[in-house]
Amino acid sequence: MTTRTHAVAASAFAFTLSLAAAPAVAQSRDQIRAVGSSTVFPFTTAVAEAFGKTGKFKTPVVESTGTGGGLKLFCAGVGPGHPDIANASRRIKKSEVDQCAGNGVTTMTELKIGYDGIALASSKKAAPVSLSTVILWKALAKEVPVNGALVANPYRLWSDIDPSLPKVAIEVLGPPPTSGTRDTFNELAMLEGCRKLTEVAGAVPDEKARERVCMTIREDGAYVEAGENDNLIVQKLAANPNAFGIFGYSYLDQNRDTLQSAKMDGVELTAETVAAGKYELARPLYIYVKNAHAGVIPGIREFIGEYTSERALGDDGYLVDKGLIPEPKALRDAARVEAVNLTPLQF
Amino acid sequence: MTDLVERDVAAVTPSPASSPGPSSAPKSRLRSEAFARRLRARHAAERRFRLAGAAAVALAALILLLLLGSIVAKGASAFWEARIRLEVTLDPAEVADRNYTAALRRALYAQFPQVTDRAGKRVLNDLLSSGAPYELEAMVAKNPALAGTTQTVWVRADDQIDQLVKGAYRRDLPETERGLSDAKVAAADALLASGALAQSFNTTLFTAGDSREPEQAGIGGAIIGSLLTLLVTMALSVPVGIAAAVYLEEFAPKNRWTDLIEVNINNLAAVPSIIFGLLGLAVFLGFFGMPRSAPLVGGLVMALMTLPVIIISARVALKAVPPSIRQAALGIGASPLQTVLHHVLPLAMPGILTGTIIGMARALGETAPLLMIGMVAFIVDIPRGLTDSATVLPVQIYMWADSPERAFTERTSAAILILLGVLILLNGAAVILRKIFERRW
Repeated sequence: MTTRTHAVAASAFAFTLSLAAAPAVAQSRDQIRAVGSSTVFPFTTAVAEAFGKTGKFKTPVVESTGTGGGLKLFCAGVGPGHPDIANASRRIKKSEVDQCAGNGVTTMTELKIGYDGIALASSKKAAPVSLSTVILWKALAKEVPVNGALVANPYRLWSDIDPSLPKVAIEVLGPPPTSGTRDTFNELAMLEGCRKLTEVAGAVPDEKARERVCMTIREDGAYVEAGENDNLIVQKLAANPNAFGIFGYSYLDQNRDTLQSAKMDGVELTAETVAAGKYELARPLYIYVKNAHAGVIPGIREFIGEYTSERALGDDGYLVDKGLIPEPKALRDAARVEAVNLTPLQF
Repeated sequence: MTDLVERDVAAVTPSPASSPGPSSAPKSRLRSEAFARRLRARHAAERRFRLAGAAAVALAALILLLLLGSIVAKGASAFWEARIRLEVTLDPAEVADRNYTAALRRALYAQFPQVTDRAGKRVLNDLLSSGAPYELEAMVAKNPALAGTTQTVWVRADDQIDQLVKGAYRRDLPETERGLSDAKVAAADALLASGALAQSFNTTLFTAGDSREPEQAGIGGAIIGSLLTLLVTMALSVPVGIAAAVYLEEFAPKNRWTDLIEVNINNLAAVPSIIFGLLGLAVFLGFFGMPRSAPLVGGLVMALMTLPVIIISARVALKAVPPSIRQAALGIGASPLQTVLHHVLPLAMPGILTGTIIGMARALGETAPLLMIGMVAFIVDIPRGLTDSATVLPVQIYMWADSPERAFTERTSAAILILLGVLILLNGAAVILRKIFERRW
């Protein structure tokens, strides 16, 4: 009994020792790591899987941390402990490039993989409508100008804004402030719609303050924060024909049998209108690659090669099946050459 | 309870033998109208309370049944997968070139001789899972003699075809709204009619790692990840937890320090799990520089999380061992260590095991702390060691629930069923262990 107990104690001690010794194990990595936007996540994971199936390299690990969180991790430093690729649903900001440089990440490659359209979708049971950024802003802003002064948003029904719109209460389900989709919606819909209204400029002359007014979304229940789970919004819309939902094109594409998308200024959301730049609520998607890791972590160049290949990004590529809207062929080819050569981003 | 009250009344009431009967009995205080009313009221209150209790239990059972029912109804179909039968001729040149797609497509086109145009062939190509060539490759890798022969194989169908066979698409809708073209539906129907498209048990779900293609996605990687994580958790938290409990309960002096430690352990048991994740990020990843997404780190974090639970339950179990056992052991000359190791600990073991298993079950279902240390990630390769990237079952469920492809809906429910099954197994083991080893004094 006692000897056995001693053996157990000894092995437990050995285990603890081995744990303490773990950090001493040389830091190396033979697997690409990507972090970042939940919008780019489905595309990068699809590429990662196809890349892993070639059998030459391990399948890259992709984390969905949100664009901001991902770039923070990406910019934290150079070395196997830091990710190689950041997915972003917006362009990297100057402040983030500076932060990167401060941590030794001086050169990175930017690759624009294509576009994601933001859909304002509603149930098929509702009558189709045509909206515009101005209508959206009036419907969702916290404060709107009435007779030259800002007041708390008085619009309850869509028909209050424009008599041609249906007489139903404004109810929009959208992502919370932490989401990249929300950032893009703020910039593409709220800010644009707000800028088109000269009354706002009259009511708030200061530019900084005006931008804040433009991007502040009402909190009286007309805008419902529905969490990061877009599937949940799809289900809620099916149950409530009067509500609209804000989410990415891929979710609309997968649920065409239950959902329809509102037109923006008369333009329907299709892959063609986005690629042609006609549909307003579309955003470019990017990936950023740490140049210093190429050649250290195996397979980075090959991974970019896979990402930019025609079978992924082409008009019939597997990313298009996943809902990505590709750039026209000429731009794609130019981007491929730059990316594969790891041409550093100049900011 | 009612019986008790009635028995009490009967005891203080003169027995029927000595009195002619309740109706003609002399009016005692216990037979008064007021007493009878009070008794009725008390009985009524009793019945109401029981009814409320039964209603609460029934409601809980109903909700549980509804929840389980909806998960089973949604998830049961995921245990089957659609496969397509093909007569594949394996050309040795193509095998050498690892070009299995061509062989599969030839076999598929042979079933549709009327399709000759490119668009039609593309429809047919889309019937097969993009993973089908890899299935064939694995088959040939296992048996190289297959090259040059013609084989009947059942390969995975695309997830849309899988969903069509299971009735998830509405055939009455026009194709633009259905999300699946009429041509594909027609092709699938032709295969169904000839028996070349059929459902079989979905082994992929149990053996494969994650995938973006629902028909190739499985929870094999997540199960291994969960096992590795739990292994580390158990190896660390069980010995440390039991040793801490034994020391605190049997050896430690009762003073202000041990009181402080006790309060802190109780507090730690109530700390939200995400805090342990933050701790893991700062200490294990930041300070020790351990790899992200590794089951080793996940296990360490989970160990910290379950440690207080194990210590508390182990102390309760040790406390339940009667002092007479210790006194008897000490009385016949055993040392305090011998008393604990030979007598007290074995008797307390069932209780400790129960607490440990429940702690492990909690760790198995936890995702929040893993978010911070990068275990919430898309990981295809099945982990082979403690430092490989891995994810765990509940994380896999979360990731699938968030995927746009609708074939993931049923797989999410199926994964929930499997996780529930494992949890029931663990809790069942806890009950059985207690039943087997339980001692009564």
